Amino acid sequence: MLFKNKDKQDQLVAALGRAVESAAADIHGRSPWADARGRFLRNKAAVFSLGLLAFITVCCVVGPWLLPNAFDAADWDAMSLPPMLKGWHFFGTDESGRDLLVRSLVGGRVSLLVGFLATLSAVTLGIVWGATAGFIGGKVDAFMMRVVDMMYAVPYLLIAILMVTILGRAFYLVVITITVFSWMDMARVVRGQTLSLRSKEFIEAARALGVPTRRIIFQHIVPNLLGIVVIYTTVTVPAVILVESVLSFLGLGIQEPMTSWGVLIHDGASVMEVSSWMLLFPAGLLSLTLYCFNYIGDGLRDALDPKER
Amino acid sequence: MSLIEVNNLGVQFKTQDGLVYAVNGINFALERGQTLGIVGESGSGKSQSVLAMMGLLAGNGKATGQALYKGQDLLAMKPAELNKIRGNRVAMIFQDPMTSLNPYLTVERQMTEVLQFHKGFDRKSARARSVQLLDAVKIPEAARRITMYPHEFSGGMRQRVMIAMALLCEPEVLIADEPTTALDVTVQAQIIALLRDLQRDFGTAIIMITHDLGVVAGLCDEVMVLYGGRVMEQGSADSIFYGASHPYTVGLLGAIPRLDAGDEALVAIPGSPPNMARLPEGCPFSERCTLASAQCRDVMPALLPAAHNPAVLRACHKSVEAVSELAAKGAIHA
Amino acid sequence: MRDASQPILSVRDLKVHFKVKSGAWPWSPARTLKAVDGVSFDIHAGETLGVVGESGCGKSTLARAVLNLIPATAGSIAWMGQEMTGASSQAWQTARADIQMIFQDPLASLDPRMPIAQIIAEPLRTHRPGMPEAEVMQRVKAMMGRVGLMPQQINRYPHEFSGGQCQRIGIARALILEPKLIICDEPVSALDVSIQAQIINLLKALQKSMGLALIFIAHDLAVVKHISDRILVMYLGHEMEVAKKKALYAAPRHPYTQALLSAIPIPDPALERKKVIQLLQGDLPSPMSPPSGCVFRTRCPRAITRCAEEVPELRRLDDQTEAACLLA
Repeated sequence: MLFKNKDKQDQLVAALGRAVESAAADIHGRSPWADARGRFLRNKAAVFSLGLLAFITVCCVVGPWLLPNAFDAADWDAMSLPPMLKGWHFFGTDESGRDLLVRSLVGGRVSLLVGFLATLSAVTLGIVWGATAGFIGGKVDAFMMRVVDMMYAVPYLLIAILMVTILGRAFYLVVITITVFSWMDMARVVRGQTLSLRSKEFIEAARALGVPTRRIIFQHIVPNLLGIVVIYTTVTVPAVILVESVLSFLGLGIQEPMTSWGVLIHDGASVMEVSSWMLLFPAGLLSLTLYCFNYIGDGLRDALDPKER
Repeated sequence: MSLIEVNNLGVQFKTQDGLVYAVNGINFALERGQTLGIVGESGSGKSQSVLAMMGLLAGNGKATGQALYKGQDLLAMKPAELNKIRGNRVAMIFQDPMTSLNPYLTVERQMTEVLQFHKGFDRKSARARSVQLLDAVKIPEAARRITMYPHEFSGGMRQRVMIAMALLCEPEVLIADEPTTALDVTVQAQIIALLRDLQRDFGTAIIMITHDLGVVAGLCDEVMVLYGGRVMEQGSADSIFYGASHPYTVGLLGAIPRLDAGDEALVAIPGSPPNMARLPEGCPFSERCTLASAQCRDVMPALLPAAHNPAVLRACHKSVEAVSELAAKGAIHA
Repeated sequence: MRDASQPILSVRDLKVHFKVKSGAWPWSPARTLKAVDGVSFDIHAGETLGVVGESGCGKSTLARAVLNLIPATAGSIAWMGQEMTGASSQAWQTARADIQMIFQDPLASLDPRMPIAQIIAEPLRTHRPGMPEAEVMQRVKAMMGRVGLMPQQINRYPHEFSGGQCQRIGIARALILEPKLIICDEPVSALDVSIQAQIINLLKALQKSMGLALIFIAHDLAVVKHISDRILVMYLGHEMEVAKKKALYAAPRHPYTQALLSAIPIPDPALERKKVIQLLQGDLPSPMSPPSGCVFRTRCPRAITRCAEEVPELRRLDDQTEAACLLA
């Protein structure tokens, strides 16, 4: 600015400001989320995985309605058939003549649903536990984290077996069992992030302004937590699906005739020497889904990396 | 032959926003016992130019031009050859001594390593020489302290350790990249006094990079002022401080809060530091210069000897008289 | 009605001590870190107090204790005549509308996920919850103009601005409630020299037009010279000297102030070469085991035996200066 007279300069700036204002509407900024979304979309592996995962999910949900075979229809004329085009048995059949393709898709529904529900509960529990511990700090934090440590120490498989044996194998019980052993990672991570946020200057600034604690948590801490929560969710889902598969593989998961990938893998493993397709297709689907989650998780981590900001 | 001769040094970085030219057209010569001060703010390229000379650029960086040490081009050397010179004949000290020292190794280990690698000393004589140098930089109880870890030293002492490490092989050139910026002012005074003494005793040439013109005034013979990766003005310390002939130098000198100044308001240079990915076609300072004209924005001014003093190089389309008027007016408030 | 000559903030013998565990076992004795150990000062309306000291002197802790971001261990803080130590959080809430703070790292003090409209509006939404949205935005835009930001940038995010602009956002946020006192915690240390001058000039102009009092904290005596009326020099949690600006720079009475002033490099080669710097010996003692008597004695070039036995009080030497030194 060239003016010696500050007032005149101010007036000119104000006038210019008004002129520009009327000419240009408010500019919209590039939020950190938009930046991250852009970076994520540039990651080809992540985008492809997202697409593939969406495709698998849609197939699992819609597929069984579109295919002519029912998942529990035993066809004694078509027992243990290898993959063929006839009769729509693209994945072959099992020893009872049930179509493997439909069973895989239905199993996918169950695995994905269990995965989704258990993850949702685990994530919610983890966030609440971790954020509370991190924000309150002190003895409460120490106590809450010791509970987490104890949960880690518990041999989950043993307890899962016990719980299933005592309480039965209903769908919701399987979800609860899995949740109980999957929330600790999220709690720890959220607590760590909350602790580091608490000492950030903008939180201090909010306190200095007199912003009440509740507002600080919801307006400042939670939005800054979402990044890491999203990343860890994509890590938790495959873990949960695997746990369910392990339980089902051990015969403790979903009950017949309902099926899941774990159950199918269990059945397939027992006959893998003679009917290898019974193992390969469900295992293949499971692996593919887990890989997709991995790449998506990697992509999210890179996209939300604070250093890239 | 000059000890260090830099010809048309440039540094480019490949970034998401395209090719960024962080440094362009740096030329200087450094003789034994001389001190050159490179002054600039953020984005001026002052650190990148010496990092390029030492072969320490980031992976996406590339250096162009020549950086001759006794006639050998440092930029063209292979890493093995460069290693013989780095730390040995040309040493560097950095801004933050905490992150430049390995926190997992004792100071002794870090110092003896240098001597063992470059001079082929054995452990015992390396240790003795290290203690000697720690004494020279005035670390009290050097023989006892040498076995300690970096985090057990205070900031000022860590910087002294870095200086001692840099001097282990009696280098001919010492490059100091903002060595006192992270230190308190009383400690800064101690370190500057130390560098002055060491220069007198060892005859080391020093390249001092800083944004603090006060530090430059106390230590440097020659001064180079950078902005937006280019040299704005270059000359002896006296000519820069007493006869600044570039609007940026004038602005910088006016913007510094000085103890010896009266109550006048500080001269503020309007605008913000340059965005290196989007510089104007012409002079990088034209966006903030109060004397700027259309020519300044479109045509890059060449770095030429000034009319009033051929020993001073300046890159400006405006005349020296126009700039002197600017300086005299006590100029512009923003 | 309050007397205009009464100080708006009166701090007496403020102490902030932290308990630090000396060992890992739960039963290891706690040591006390005396960050601030007996500081007293007054601020009057419209004046600027510069607080200067090197790292570890406790100036940042002092700033936070005045706002109760860190609880004071002892001493009194009186705001507008009302005693604030031990006051309810409700009382502090009301006071916070009138005392605001500007921070050292401009970018870090802004929530990266909020557009600056929300950041600047937050004090309004917290303290004046009834204000209609349109009025809030109008005030935000007006304040942005006053601090030199373009109002159309209102929806941009902090990372899209430069350091100097971020600091302007911080200033806008601090001023939007039109407080009486602003505590500036090293507001220009992280900025380039040319931008520093802009921000200092801005603060001075705003102070004049809004009648603000400022506590300006810095580690650089040259920087505070341009903005302060009086200056307080701190060392290891204690006050060394409090003086009016002219007196402090022309004739510093305390050895620490003298050493600090002589150490600051002047951008003038002739002066620098002639200068005799009073180099301080040794290093800063640990705040957990400060020296007995005068805490500065371990580095003072003029220390005598009495300095180790007596803690010097802050004495008024004349109408311009107070110093805590037995020899001043």
